[in-house]
Amino acid sequence: MHQKDVLRTNNKMEKEKYNKITIKQISGAEAMIHCLLAEGVDLIYGYPGGAIMPVYDELYKFQKKLNHILTRHEQGAVHAAQGFARTSGKVGVAIATSGPGATNLITGIADALIDSTPIVCITGQVASHLLGTDAFQETDIIGISTPATKWSYQITKANEIPYVMAKAFYIARSGRPGPVLIDITKDAQFESFDFEYKKCLGIRSYNPLPEINTKKIDEAISIINNAKKPLLVWGQGVILGRAEEELKSFIEKTGIPAVWTILGLSALPTSHPLNMGMVGMHGNYGPNLLTNECDVLIAVGMRFDDRVTGDLNTYAKQAKIIHLEIDPSEINKNVKVDVPILGNCKESLGLLIKKIKQNNFSSWINHFKELYEIEYKKVIKGDLFPKKNGLTMGEAIESINKYSKGDAVIVTDVGQHQMVACRYAKFNRSQSNLTSGGLGTMGFALPAAIGAKMGAPDREVVAVIGDGGYQMTIQELGTIFQTQVAVKIVVLNNDFLGMVRQWQQLFFDKRYASTEMTNPDFVTIAKGYHIDAVRVTKRNELDSAVKKMMLSKKPFFLEVCVEKEDNVFPMIPSGASVSDIRLE
Amino acid sequence: MELKKYTISVYSENNVGLLNRISAIFLKRHINLDSFSSSESEIKDVYRFVIVVKIDINKINNLVKQIEKQVDVIKAFYHTDEETIFQESALYKVKSNSLFEERKIQNIIKQSQANIVTVSPKFFVIELTGFREETEKLYNDLKPLGLLQFVRSGRISVTKEKMGISEILNTFKNNNNKI
Repeated sequence: MHQKDVLRTNNKMEKEKYNKITIKQISGAEAMIHCLLAEGVDLIYGYPGGAIMPVYDELYKFQKKLNHILTRHEQGAVHAAQGFARTSGKVGVAIATSGPGATNLITGIADALIDSTPIVCITGQVASHLLGTDAFQETDIIGISTPATKWSYQITKANEIPYVMAKAFYIARSGRPGPVLIDITKDAQFESFDFEYKKCLGIRSYNPLPEINTKKIDEAISIINNAKKPLLVWGQGVILGRAEEELKSFIEKTGIPAVWTILGLSALPTSHPLNMGMVGMHGNYGPNLLTNECDVLIAVGMRFDDRVTGDLNTYAKQAKIIHLEIDPSEINKNVKVDVPILGNCKESLGLLIKKIKQNNFSSWINHFKELYEIEYKKVIKGDLFPKKNGLTMGEAIESINKYSKGDAVIVTDVGQHQMVACRYAKFNRSQSNLTSGGLGTMGFALPAAIGAKMGAPDREVVAVIGDGGYQMTIQELGTIFQTQVAVKIVVLNNDFLGMVRQWQQLFFDKRYASTEMTNPDFVTIAKGYHIDAVRVTKRNELDSAVKKMMLSKKPFFLEVCVEKEDNVFPMIPSGASVSDIRLE
Repeated sequence: MELKKYTISVYSENNVGLLNRISAIFLKRHINLDSFSSSESEIKDVYRFVIVVKIDINKINNLVKQIEKQVDVIKAFYHTDEETIFQESALYKVKSNSLFEERKIQNIIKQSQANIVTVSPKFFVIELTGFREETEKLYNDLKPLGLLQFVRSGRISVTKEKMGISEILNTFKNNNNKI
């Protein structure tokens, strides 16, 4: 079926499904619940407070249909909503009160914008007659959130609720997904009106799905068919567009080696013979070096982040660049491209596959293999199978691989452990790697793992966190205890803010300014929340502890005390070329 | 870096907060605006912003795409001075006695083709619409004679090329009726 016909059929089905919901004289607060239910939401995260109490009162009445998870901080709620969105593929919802409740959501909203995660945040607001009076817990959350949201709106009248909420969900999930914030005044929550709900099917000022230009497809095909050393680099667009099968078919037919950005990880199984590894600052040796040797670079659903490209003036200058992208503003933003292909990469890859030549590039692929061998000897072997006394982060991840068999969802925070986990974790299926990539939000992993497990309850969810980031949202252990959500928490503890310390060592003459941490007894803290907890300090204890954790049906905490001053390699120094990647 | 003056035209819905959203795009990139004006456009309920900036020629295209990306923005364009017809309006408030005491002032007004908007016993107000150099010249001429107040509007401009906003809106309407 043609792209538009599919859209039309889907829309038609949806239209019939939610043809119209009408209820006479209900409050704005109750209407908010009906909107959520109409959008298929059955789980939300939040924290109550004065300005949102009418909605919470309705949540009490609707608790059989709509489950509310009380986090311990609003930041926890928004990260949990992100985690939920990323494993379930649905829109995550977080709800908070006005003032500090709303401002506490901001970090997660900014994170969701830069990592394209569909969430809807609902905040209470002071009554409309108090707006602008500096009332108790009043803050201009629309103003504050504007640059961090895809869209936002302040509801001051109950009758605005249905169409604004419908629009919010439509905007959050369509096109390049992102966060939407809906602020609702307290009087609008109390006000009664005749409720009528229709799903949003389009907005005249917003075109989420640019039409694919078939001329560009033909241009790309001719470039790819004539390539000698092509390289494909994919990002999260493949996962968001559910284009995993198309990606696989495309590389299998063409024989083109493929590499991934950190947010693209898991879209293609780790074991796939054409999966050559990660690009970027701590990516693999071959993928980075050969970016500057390929003759054609096919970028799929990625945005040439500076952590991927390094110095733009020396990035893939020799290559013809083809960019498959849904967001027109990403075309030529960082890297000038030769052939832009706008649209959902599921469709555009599909069109490319049809006419592309079957091929194989075995000698080009051998380059990757040779460089992998070098990286293996210099870096990987020592990380995964160390001979030294101290434990490494790499062997902890390898141990998780042993028992997850690549089927777990791995949620990471930000820092050394994140790079190590993304480098070494094995994945068999998509939507399995959750991390804060663009914003680099420490404190993301623990609450995101809660949402991830609830979004994919049948899957094992392992949060891998550093000792620094863990303590930024450690209060969410309370949420885990209360809900008994069976997340597995692995803290890789080096008593340092390890990545900053690594930079201090390499670029600031080892002046360790405020990076060493005197940490509490993490096991005792977990036990205080009645969560099973184990600490590992020796190599011979690691596997059995990980095994125990993976077999547990309950939440589980594992602290692995690793070498204090290990560094993550390979590394492209900040601002350097991908060709300047260092192995030590 | 080569700076150039561009006129950005933004067609949008008239929603609270959109102005903030657009100005945030400039703020994030540390770009100062030369001028800004907005009004309803040729289409009912569709608003048009006219923004003038001096910006690196390599950055204007990306900047305008960021504006167009906003959900409530229908379409955004950028043009050089040569591609647009533009004007600014200025108001000059002058003491009334100078009108009678300084014969020069009458010549200045005549030569500049300015209009007298209002005359009162205490002051009179002159209006001039034109290019920046013209309103600036009148300012410089009046200044020594006692200018009480001066204000100049942001640039307003229309383009030589067709904008095609109605076509975009009609296409949306037709597609939506088909669904």
